[in-house]
Parts: sequence; structure tokens; C-alpha cells
Amino acid sequence: MALELRDVTIAAPGAAQPLFAPIGLRIAAGEVLGVGAPSGMGKSSLIAAIAGHLPPGFTLHGQIALEGCDLRALPAERRGVGVMFQQAHLFAHLSIGDNLALALPPGVRGRAARQAAVVQALERAGLAGMAARAPASLSGGQRARVALMRALLAAPRALLLDEPFAALDPGLRAEMRGFVMAHLQAAQIPALLVSHDASDLAACARSLALRPFDSV
Amino acid sequence: MRLLLAALLLGASPALADWSDTLAEARGQTVYWHAWGGDPRTNDFIAWASTQTEARYGVTIEQVKLTDTAEAVARVLAEQAAGQDTGGAVDLIWINGPNFLAMKEAGLLHGPFVADLPNARFVDLGPDAPASVDFTVPVEGYESPWRLAKFVFAHDAARAPEVPATMAGFVDWAAAHPGRMTHPNPANFMGASFLKQALVELAPDPAVLAQPVTDAAFAAQTAPLWAWYDALRPNLWRQGTAFPENESVQAQLLADGEVDVAMFFDPAAPAALIEQGILPDTVRVFTPEAGSIGNISFVAIPFNAAHRAGAEVVADFLLDPATQAHMQDVTVLGSYSVLDPARLDADAQALFDALPSAPALPALADLGPTLPEPHASWMTRLTAEWAARTAP
Amino acid sequence: MGGAHRAVTGLRVALLLLIGAPVGLGAGLTALAALGWQPGLGGDLSLAGFAQALALPGIGRSLWLTLLTGLGATLIALALSVPLSGWLIGRAGAARVLAPLLAVPHAALALGLAFLLAPSGWIARLLAMPLGWSVPPAWPLPGDPWGGALIVGLVLKEVPFLLLVTLAAAAPRDIAAEMAVGRSLGYAPGRVWARLIWPQLYPALRLPLFITLSFALSVVDMALILGPSHPPTLVVQILRLLMAPDLALRVPASALALVLLGLIAGVVALWIGAERGVASLGRHMVRAGRRGRAWPGCAAAGAALGAGLPLLALAGLALWSVAGRWTFPQLWPEGPSLARWGRVDWSVLGTTLGLGVVVTALALALAVAVLEAEDRARRPLRIGALIVLPLLLPQIGFLQGLTSGFLVLGLPPGPGAVIWAELLFVFPYVLLALAGPWRALDPAHLRAAAGLGAGPWRVLGRIKLPLLQRPLMAAAAIGFAVSAAQYLAVLLPGAGRVAVLATEAVTLSSGADRRLAAVYGLLLALLPLLGFAAALVVPDWQARDRRGAGDGA
Repeated sequence: MALELRDVTIAAPGAAQPLFAPIGLRIAAGEVLGVGAPSGMGKSSLIAAIAGHLPPGFTLHGQIALEGCDLRALPAERRGVGVMFQQAHLFAHLSIGDNLALALPPGVRGRAARQAAVVQALERAGLAGMAARAPASLSGGQRARVALMRALLAAPRALLLDEPFAALDPGLRAEMRGFVMAHLQAAQIPALLVSHDASDLAACARSLALRPFDSV
Repeated sequence: MRLLLAALLLGASPALADWSDTLAEARGQTVYWHAWGGDPRTNDFIAWASTQTEARYGVTIEQVKLTDTAEAVARVLAEQAAGQDTGGAVDLIWINGPNFLAMKEAGLLHGPFVADLPNARFVDLGPDAPASVDFTVPVEGYESPWRLAKFVFAHDAARAPEVPATMAGFVDWAAAHPGRMTHPNPANFMGASFLKQALVELAPDPAVLAQPVTDAAFAAQTAPLWAWYDALRPNLWRQGTAFPENESVQAQLLADGEVDVAMFFDPAAPAALIEQGILPDTVRVFTPEAGSIGNISFVAIPFNAAHRAGAEVVADFLLDPATQAHMQDVTVLGSYSVLDPARLDADAQALFDALPSAPALPALADLGPTLPEPHASWMTRLTAEWAARTAP
Repeated sequence: MGGAHRAVTGLRVALLLLIGAPVGLGAGLTALAALGWQPGLGGDLSLAGFAQALALPGIGRSLWLTLLTGLGATLIALALSVPLSGWLIGRAGAARVLAPLLAVPHAALALGLAFLLAPSGWIARLLAMPLGWSVPPAWPLPGDPWGGALIVGLVLKEVPFLLLVTLAAAAPRDIAAEMAVGRSLGYAPGRVWARLIWPQLYPALRLPLFITLSFALSVVDMALILGPSHPPTLVVQILRLLMAPDLALRVPASALALVLLGLIAGVVALWIGAERGVASLGRHMVRAGRRGRAWPGCAAAGAALGAGLPLLALAGLALWSVAGRWTFPQLWPEGPSLARWGRVDWSVLGTTLGLGVVVTALALALAVAVLEAEDRARRPLRIGALIVLPLLLPQIGFLQGLTSGFLVLGLPPGPGAVIWAELLFVFPYVLLALAGPWRALDPAHLRAAAGLGAGPWRVLGRIKLPLLQRPLMAAAAIGFAVSAAQYLAVLLPGAGRVAVLATEAVTLSSGADRRLAAVYGLLLALLPLLGFAAALVVPDWQARDRRGAGDGA
């Protein structure tokens, strides 16, 4: 189980040259790779390219493979790649419990089994008993934890994190980072974290920086 | 010349002296003529009339195009209700039958004024003359005639060469040609006329129809009509569950080939519609052998008209022999004149003799006798009864 | 500050008199008329009018038809708007196409659609050759007894409106991120939109939906052209009674107007009740976690049909307007003939233009006054209910009462009464269109100007209005389109003295000359489009002039 990128470049619509120099990497299962770069360099585009959300007009070169199979041929919803953003993006019309339930694969059958999975996830996030609460009633940190649990409940084969802690205040940030790293390790999937924050990158087992295209 | 004549006559006749006052008062007025606006040629004719009256008398006509004449009646009623006794919005109404009866009974009409119009001398205003009775209601000078109406059918001779000779014959015809005929909704004047045409032929005692309707008379006289209608209806267009809104919509259906029969209150209408490229040139006019009902279209002036003098001038202009001849021209309106030929001088008669002809234009003599309209109260009852009988 | 407060109070009173009073007066007089009392006529209060109204032949079926067409069309439009808005959301410029589509007045679209659907219309002619028809088929369109043609017409008009409203509600959200989250959880894009994103927009769609619902249940012009006639929908029945020569029939007519109001209130209540059920069903399905499948092309096909049918209808109008003889089953008319264009009464176009310009200018001035007063008082004016009232109530429920009220108050039917009546419907749209961009003005700009010593009038005249030129033009185009589309607001307060393209087109739709009706319908359709074109072109053109002076922003 590994996420592999080979000679990947991305160009914005109409741009003469790619956003960053070609990048290649390999992330093993259970490993968290940090990618750092100044803002505007295309970190989010890299995440979008791997997850399959690159907006129309962007051009993507290179290979992206998960467990040896080419991701670029698949639509986003069939890649099995989870994403987590700076904002939690919980669906406001659904309770916390339902936000988690919708992530469970349809293969988890039966109302009781699905409900149990949700209750267990809430417990692991330290949010036991909050299933019926509305997302708006949670604190920022609580919402971020729900977002991670939701991403993991979908049983992704890889997880991408785009500045996941940027919206949190510094004290909460370290605590949340610890929470995320622990769960990523437990999930035993490759994970890629992009951030402009040095302490985020330092917490990763390995990290690399996007280089500008000119430097090639 | 005309002015000179008027000047010469001024001192002689008090009526004409009044008329010169009327002309003076009318100068500069705009007459709001509320007239059904569904027939573009009539609208064009009214626009033409405006240019003529403006040139001659300084009176312009603004046609207020109605979808139903009742709208204008309702307007005057509302003004009366609101206590507006002068400066009313309606100066002149193209009116007939029940609307005339309603307005006359409610005291909503100005008059009598017809006898004061100089051109009224060309019209037969005798007590039994067609222009003196509107749907059996005595006109009494409260409305002025302007065009002749006679109920006729039209058929597309190419698609449906055979036509029934009597109203009763329509049942068999429709059975043989299911869905190929209809009639306008009787809530509309034309649809009601279709029922009246049948009633006049089918009623056991047509003389009763000239009297105001009573429950007993209605039951007795209309029984054969409803039996006939029940037999006819299932074979009408859309199985008799929908009806065109008025004669124009039905004419459009004939033009589109959706039905083979249309009906008009104007024998020249089909020829006019062919001339405009709306109806196919194979359409011909026919009437039942026993004749068809007929009436005269009138104009009336509401009691509170803001431009009464101008309205009288327009009513008079409509009776001018030159206007009537222009109106009878099939390329203009094709409506038969309401003037009495016996009262026309040679010059005026020559105007009519010079009018063009058309294959679809019947001679007045071919249309059979003109049957009297039932009393206006019958139409109201017929319409209501039809609505109740056909409501789903 | 005290001056600003007084100005706000004064403005609120003015709005109450301009918008609230006419609606209240009209609705009140309609209610009194329903109970048997009419101004000038008097009468004893009783419920006889209701008894008379409900005893009319076919009235039960009329009620049922009204419900079927109004509710049916809104539900279908809503159901179509969900996938279509999801498809449009990622497409830039969608709103630019939608707005003109929305601007085509109901009467014009109905006329074109009637020509398209009729047994002798284009669709039938297209089928006639392969099927060997020599006479038109006996299909009962338009005016079918089930209201199908009316539903199609309403849906075609309502979908663009709901789409615009949906896109506006989605604009402040990060839809791309929400879509990414949903898809990364394995959901097909359509399902992410329908189950996870759209429900969050729904609260913003409720009021527009209720306006749509009320409109669909009380539409007049479209029902006259496309709707069933025997019996017709409730509004057409009311209009027939109002137009009857017997003044006493206004009592049952007004009673039916109240019945219609009750029907609308009932449907809205039912809707609110159903919302809970649907939401709970939706949550149930979300919990089950089914991911759905992508249906590529379906939404595109729907969009093509939704935009194509109106365009085809307008093309039909254009063709009929220059057609010579055109007998069934010929696909193309003989001609072309410009004869009908020569018969157009251009003063009708002038009246429509004039009314539109005056009403739009008034509405724009009023909207600027409201927004500026809010700025100066630093608080909202709280006039929301007042503004949407004319849109939520059925027009027939207060316009007739308003017309007789105007008459009693000394404002006779005519252009003045029409302008006031139209303002009731134009002002809300102009205000809504302008409020967003106005409130989004960068306060830093304004503070900077104030810091330089510019008074509030100078800031308004030199900064706000020039900055808002584009939104002002867009709001004007919308106002003009709404004005051009008014039918009942011209017919009743104008009492036939005011002829506009919409009233002429509806009148001619029941005439024998389809070509002339087509000419008026086409003019009616084109006029608002010209307004939108002007709103797009004029600012660009002026900007080009300014750019010469070295304007970089």
C-alpha cells in the first residue's frame, strides 16, 4: 500500500509554465509525508490533482498511482482518497452523527451496525454523546476532529490534508496535530500533509518542499 | 362644398344648428371607442376612421381594444357606482344585445341621439326596421347602427364538400365527421349565437322567443335543443370538452385544418380572411335553408362620456354613405351596409356598385331569409343552462 | 444622527403609503366586495357571495386544476432545478444566460409555446411527413383539460428563476471544497449536490419558492393562452366574472379571490409541513450511505431542453410574424411577408417602453433611497415583509379592489394608476437586485472619502453610484423586464385605456390572425432582452472611454 507520484507538474489555465518543478514521491502505508511551500505555489492544486478535483482548465502531467493503480483514470469519488481542509466543511443540515454516518461505506449494513460505528467514532474523537448536536454548536477543534473521523470512517486508501490546522489557535493546534497523527498511524494508510507551517512539517516523519519551476 | 351646404342650412333647421354646435364642441376631442379588438381588420378600419374624422372634424379616435364588450360595460357600471357622472373613460362602445339591454336598463346610456345625426336620414328608422330593434329590445335612439351582422357558417369545400342543410342535420354530419366541427364557447357572443340559431330552428313555437324568457317557456322551447345538442356534442372537436374562445379562434382552427366548419356573424368575413391569406381559398359560406338570425351592430354613448360631442360626430361619420361603402369593400372590412338603398342618391349608390367582388363573397340574396333574434333574456338563460349542462 | 433617524422614519412612512397602502386597500376592498359591499354601491354584508361562487358550474374542477397546475409546476420546476443548478454551479457565465431567459415575459413564451404544441404547430408538422398526416392530429394541446400545456409553460419560466436564486444562495459558499469533501467520501457529484450541499441552501430558497408557488397558483396571462378553458383555472374564472357586465358578479368574483388566497395559504402550510417529512426522509437516506452513480449528460440534456424549448418557441413566433399562407402539414410557410409588421400599432410599443422607463426609474430611485437611508442610519430599514407582500399575494386578490379604490380616491384608471400598480411588483425586484452589490461596497473606500471631507451626498453621488454603475444597470434591466411582463397590473388599473405589448399579445392570441399575434409576442419577448443587452453593453462602453484616461482599476 503506497501513494506514488512521478514527475508531476500542474499548470494553471493559460499559464506558460507549471506552478512548481516536477515532483516525485512515494508514501508508504502508515507514513505521513509533509509538503511545504510558500502560499501561491500550488500546494492545494497538488492535493486537488491527487484527489481528482483539479478545476477544468488546469493541465496535469506525470503519473499518480495508489497501490500501483493509475488514479488519473478514475473520477474523484472512485479514487478512495480522503481529503481534509482547513475548514471542517461539516454539512450544516445534518447532525454530527449523520455527518459521520454518511461517510460509512454502504458495505456496513444494518442500522444497528452503522449506528454503533458512529458512536464508536465519536468516542474515539472524544465527542461521546454528541451525535445529535448540530455542527454549528461545536468548537473549531471539535469540528476538525469530526472532519478527520468522517474522512477516516469512509475507509480511504490514502488521506490528503490541506492546511488542516491553519484555522486553529496555536494551543489547540499542537493538540489537534497529535490527535491527527495518532489516528493516521492507526489507520495504516499513506497520508500527505501540505502546510506552510514549519512545526506541522516537523511533526511529519518526512517532509519535502515544492520548488519553483524556474529552479529546474 | 359640405361646409357650404351646412352653412346654408344653418339658419333653416334647429337640429342642424345644434349639430354645428356639436361639431364645434367636438373639435380637438379624442374619442375613446371601446371596441372588441380581436379582428385586426376592424382595428385597421377604426384607425382609418380616425384619420378621416381628424381631417374633417378635428376629432381623433382612440380604439380601446377589448377582448369582450362586457369589459366596457363593467367599466361604466363601476364609474356609476363610484359616483363619477362626468369625464367617464368610455366615450363610445361597439355594443349589441344583452350588453345594450343591461346598459339601457341601468340608465347608463346617453340619448336619444340617433335622430339628431345628419346622416341618420339614410337609415330606415321606422318602428319595425332592423335598425330600430336590437335583439327585440327597442333601440329608441340610444344606439346608432354601423354594420350589418348575419349569422353564417363557413366550410372548407376542399376537405368537406358536403354540408348540412338544416341545424338538425349537423348531428348526422358530425357523426360522419367526428371531431371536425365545434362552436365557440357560449359564454362568448358567437357561441351563444350558435345555440340561438339552433333554438330558432328547433323551438316548437318560435314566436314565444320574442317575449322575455320565463321558466316554463324556457323548459318547453329548449327541450328539443338540448336533445339535439346532447346528440351532437360527443362528435364535436375534442369530444365537446373544450371550446374555442370566440369566432376568431375557431377561424384559426379552420385555417389550421383542425376543424372543417367555422361560423361568423359577418357574411363577408371568410372572403376577407382568404384575402389576407389566413383562410385557404377553398372556404365557402353557407346558411341553413330556413335562414339565419341577423342583427345590426351599434355604437352607444355612455351617460358620463367625457367626449360626448366627439362620440356623436364619430357615430355620424360611420353612417356616411362613403364610409359605409368603404366598409363594404371586401379588401377593407366587407361588412354589409346598414343604409337603406332606397334612401341613397345616385352618387352614393354608385360608390356601392363600384365595389370589387370575390368568389367566397356571397350575394346578399343567396343567404336566405334573416330570422329575428330571440329576446335578449333568452341568451343569458341559454348560456347559463349550457354552462351547467356541460360542466365536468 | 437625529436627521438620519427622521429621514428613515419618513422613508418608512412613504414606503408604507406607496407599497403597503395600495396592497392593503386593494385586499381590503376585495374582502369587502366578497362579503357583498362595494364602494359606491354599498350592500349588506353576507356570505352569499361565497355560496354563489361555490355553486358556479365546474368550480370544483377549477379548484382542482389550479392546485394541479400551480403545485405540480412548482414541484416539477423544483425537482428539475436541483440537478440543473448542480450542473450550472461550476460553469461561469451561467447567470448571464439565465437572466435573459428569465426576462422573456410569460405571455410571449406562452404564445410561442402554444404555436409549438398545437396540433398544427411545428412539432406536429415535423411528425406529419413521416407519419403521413394530412390533417392535424386530434391531440388536445394547448388548453388540454388537465392543464399539461400550462404546467410546461410555467415550468419553463420557473426553472430559470429557481436556478438564479439557487446560484445566488450558493455564491458565498465554498462549493468546490464541499464538493471535494463529498466526492472524496465516495459520493457521485450529483448526489453530493442534491443530498449534502443543496439542502444547506434550501432555507434561502424558501421565500422565492413561496413566491413561485403563489405566482403559479394565480397566473393569468399564461393560463389564458395555454390553460384549459372549460372550466378554466380559478384566476381565469375570477377574471371572467370581473369582466362580466353584471356588476353583482364582482361579489362572487371577489369571494373566489379570497378562496384562491386561502388555497395559496393552505398550499404553503402544506409545503411547510411536508418540508419536515422530506428532510427526515433525506436524513434517512443519507444515513444509509448509498453513493449513487454519475449520470453524465443527463443534466446537460435537461439544460438543453429547458433552454431549447423557449428558444424554439421564440423562433416559431419569429417565423409566424413573417409567414404568408402556412397550411398544414407544410414545415415552412409561404412568404416571407412583412404585411403584419406594417399593421403594428407602434404607439403600443411606445407605451410599453414609456411605462417601463418611468416605473423602473421610480423603483430605482426608491431603492437607492432605501439603501442610502440604511447606510446613514447604520441599521436595516426592516421593510422586508412590506416588500414581498405584493409578490406573495395573488395579484387578482388586490388589483381589482385597488382599481376601485383608486377611482374612489380620485385616481381614475389610466397610465397613472398603471404606473403605481406596476411599481408594487417592480420595486421589490429592483431593490433585491441592488441590495447585494450595495451592501458589498468596500467600506474602506467610503471611509476614505469621508475622511477627505466629502459629505454623505457627495459620497453617494461621486463614489457609491459610479462604483455601482453596473449593478444599477442590471437592476434597471430587471425592473424593466418585470414591467414589460405585467398583464393584470395593466389590464385592471388601466381599464383598457392603457395598451401595452403584453395586453395586446394576450388579446390577439384570441384573434384570427396568428401572424399579428406573433409580431406582438416577438416584440414583447425582445423588449426586455434589449434592456439586458443595454445593461451589459453600456458600462463596458463607458469603461472603454475611461480606460483612455489611464484608469487601471
